[in-house]
Amino acid sequence: MVKEAEVREPLILGKDVTYHSITEDVCRPIEGKAGKLWWLLFSVAVVLAIWGTGMILYTIGRGIGVWGLNNTIDWAWDITNFVWWVGIGHAGTLISAVLLLFRQKWRMAINRSAEAMTIFAVIMAALFPGIHMGRIWLAYFVFPIPNQFGSLWVNFNSPLLWDVFAISTYFSVSFVFWYIGLIPDFATIRDRAKGPIAKKVYSMLSFGWTGNAMAWIRFEEVSLVLAGLATPLVFSVHSIVSMDFATSVIPGWHTTIFPPYFVAGAVFSGFAMVQTLLLVIRKVLHYEKYITIQHIEMMNRIITVTGSIVGVAYLSELFISWYSGVEYEGYAFLNRATGPYWWAYFIMMTANVVSPQLFWFKKLRTSLTFSFFLSIIVNIGMWFERFVIIVTSLHRDYIPSNWSMFHPTFVDIGIYLGTIGIFFTLFLGFTRFFPVLALNELKSILKSSGEAYRGKDTGH
Amino acid sequence: MTKEKFIYGMYNDDDLMIAGIKQLQSKGVHVRDAYSPFPIHGLEDVLGMKWTRIAIAAFIYGLTGLTLSIITINYMMIMDWPLNIGGKPNFSFYQNLPAFVPIMFEFTVLCAGHGMAITYFFRNMTLPGLPARNPHPRTTDDHFAIEIAEKENTNFSKEQIEELIAESGTVAVFEKERIVKFL
Repeated sequence: MVKEAEVREPLILGKDVTYHSITEDVCRPIEGKAGKLWWLLFSVAVVLAIWGTGMILYTIGRGIGVWGLNNTIDWAWDITNFVWWVGIGHAGTLISAVLLLFRQKWRMAINRSAEAMTIFAVIMAALFPGIHMGRIWLAYFVFPIPNQFGSLWVNFNSPLLWDVFAISTYFSVSFVFWYIGLIPDFATIRDRAKGPIAKKVYSMLSFGWTGNAMAWIRFEEVSLVLAGLATPLVFSVHSIVSMDFATSVIPGWHTTIFPPYFVAGAVFSGFAMVQTLLLVIRKVLHYEKYITIQHIEMMNRIITVTGSIVGVAYLSELFISWYSGVEYEGYAFLNRATGPYWWAYFIMMTANVVSPQLFWFKKLRTSLTFSFFLSIIVNIGMWFERFVIIVTSLHRDYIPSNWSMFHPTFVDIGIYLGTIGIFFTLFLGFTRFFPVLALNELKSILKSSGEAYRGKDTGH
Repeated sequence: MTKEKFIYGMYNDDDLMIAGIKQLQSKGVHVRDAYSPFPIHGLEDVLGMKWTRIAIAAFIYGLTGLTLSIITINYMMIMDWPLNIGGKPNFSFYQNLPAFVPIMFEFTVLCAGHGMAITYFFRNMTLPGLPARNPHPRTTDDHFAIEIAEKENTNFSKEQIEELIAESGTVAVFEKERIVKFL
C-alpha cells in the first residue's frame, strides 16, 4: 500500500470510516426517501422546466421572430446561453480527466457529480443552436449526408460545422467516460437492492459487472486512456466555440486571443457551477466526511487561477484594441465599457476579475457561505461576459443607421430559465437514483488518504 | 451458456487477501482470479496476469477514424463538389488542410473513445441485460474473494484446498457455480 505523507490533510474524514460505511453513506439517498428540501427544490425545477418547454414549443411553432433578435443583433440571448452552458460543462471533464492525468486524488469525491453536471449542461447547450435553426426538423442538414437536392455537402471549412462535430464528440465521449465509471457502482447498488424493481433496474444498468481482477485492470486502463483522449477534447471544444466568433470580421470578435481566453473562462465558470452544486450536495446529503473544506479550498484556488487568466485576457484585449490602431476595434471596446451596455461590462469586470481575487484570503476561501455566494456571483458574471461579447459587438455596426439595441422578450427569458429548470430536474434526479460519489474510487484511496488509517501500519 | 464450479475464499480486507493469495501460492495452490469492490494496484502481478492491450486497440481505432475523416472530407470538399468560398477555392486537400484539422481531430477522438469503450464492454462481458456473475453480493461492497478451480490444482483434494484457503485468513469458504462462457 502506497502511503501518503502524514503532513497532507486526509481526504476522507472520520476515524470510523470503513469500506462498508462508504457504501452505506453513498447508497443512503438512493435507498431512502427524499427529504423535504429535495422535494422543494425539485418542484421549483420542474415548474421552471415545464415553463421553459412551453416556451421552446412556442418558439418552434411560431418561429424565432418571438425572440428579441433584429436585423442588427441576429445572435444574442440564445447564443449567450449556449456558450454559457458549454462553458459550465468543461469543469466536469477537467476534474475527471485532467486531474486524473495529474493524479490529483482530491478529485475522487467530486468527479462523479461534476461529470453529471457536464452531461446535463452540454444537453442544455445543444438545445440552443438546435432551436435557433428555426426549422428544427431540418436539423439533420448539419450532418455530412447527401440530401435530396443532390450532392450538396456541409462545409468542412466552417467553425459552425466544427462545432457540430466537437459538441457531439464531447457529449458522447464524456457520457461513455461517466457511464464506465458508474457501472461498478451500479453493481454495488444492485447487490444491495431489496425491491424487485430496483434489483431489475440496477441489474440492467450495471451490465452484469463482476469486479474480477482482469475487469479492474481493463477499467483502469480505459479510464486512463479516455482521460487522455478527453483532455485535448475539452480544450478543443471551447476553442472551436470561440472560433465561431473569432473567424468572423466583426470588431470585438476578430481576435486571436479567443481560444485560450474562452477555455480559461469555461473552466472558471464550470468550477463555479461545480462549487455551487457541491456545497448543496454536501449539505443536503450530509457528505461532510467526503467533500471536505480542503476540497472546497482546492476548487476555490482553481477559480482564482482561471479567474485571473480571464482578467489578463480582458486587459490584453483592451490593450490590443488600442495598440492595433484599428479604429473599429478600438471603438468596439470603448463602446463596451462606456456605451449603452456599460452596466453589463461593469458586472462582467466586477464579478469575474475583482471578486475571485478575494480568495487570496485563506479565511474567505475556506468559508462555505462565502464560497457559495461567490460561486453564484461568478456564474452570473460569466453569463454577462458572453452577453457583452455577443451583443455589444453586434449592436453597433459599421453603418450608424444600423445601430440598434437588444431587448429580450419573455420567450428569451423563459427559455433560459427553462434550461436552468431542466438542468436542475435532471441533476436532482441524478442525486436520487445515481451514486453521487464515486464509490470504487473513494474506497481505493481510503487507506492512503483516509483519516481512519492515518498513523496505522496496514501491512506490507 | 457454460457453467463451472469453483471454490471461493472471502476476505474482509484487501491487504489480507493479497497476503492470503501469496500464502496459498507458496503452498503450490493456483489462484485463478480475485473479486474486489475497487481496483487494487499490484494485484495483477500477484496473480500473474498480463496487462491489457486495450490501449493499442484504441490507437488503431483512432487511426481508423483519422483515415475515414480524411477520405470523407477529401471526397466531399475536394472531389465531389469543390466550392469557392470567399475567394478560397477547394481544389487541393493539402492547401485546405488547416481548416480540416478540427474535424479530423474530433473524429479521431470519437472513433478511439467509442471503439475502445465497445471493446471494453465485450472483453469484460459487461453488456446491458447480462446477469451478475460475482460470487457473493458483498464483493461489490466491502469483501474480497479469491477463486480457485479444483481441476487446476490436481495435487490437492477438494477438502485440502478448502482447508488451505481457510488457513489463509478468510472469513468464509464456499463452493459456487458460475457462468464462464455465454456462447
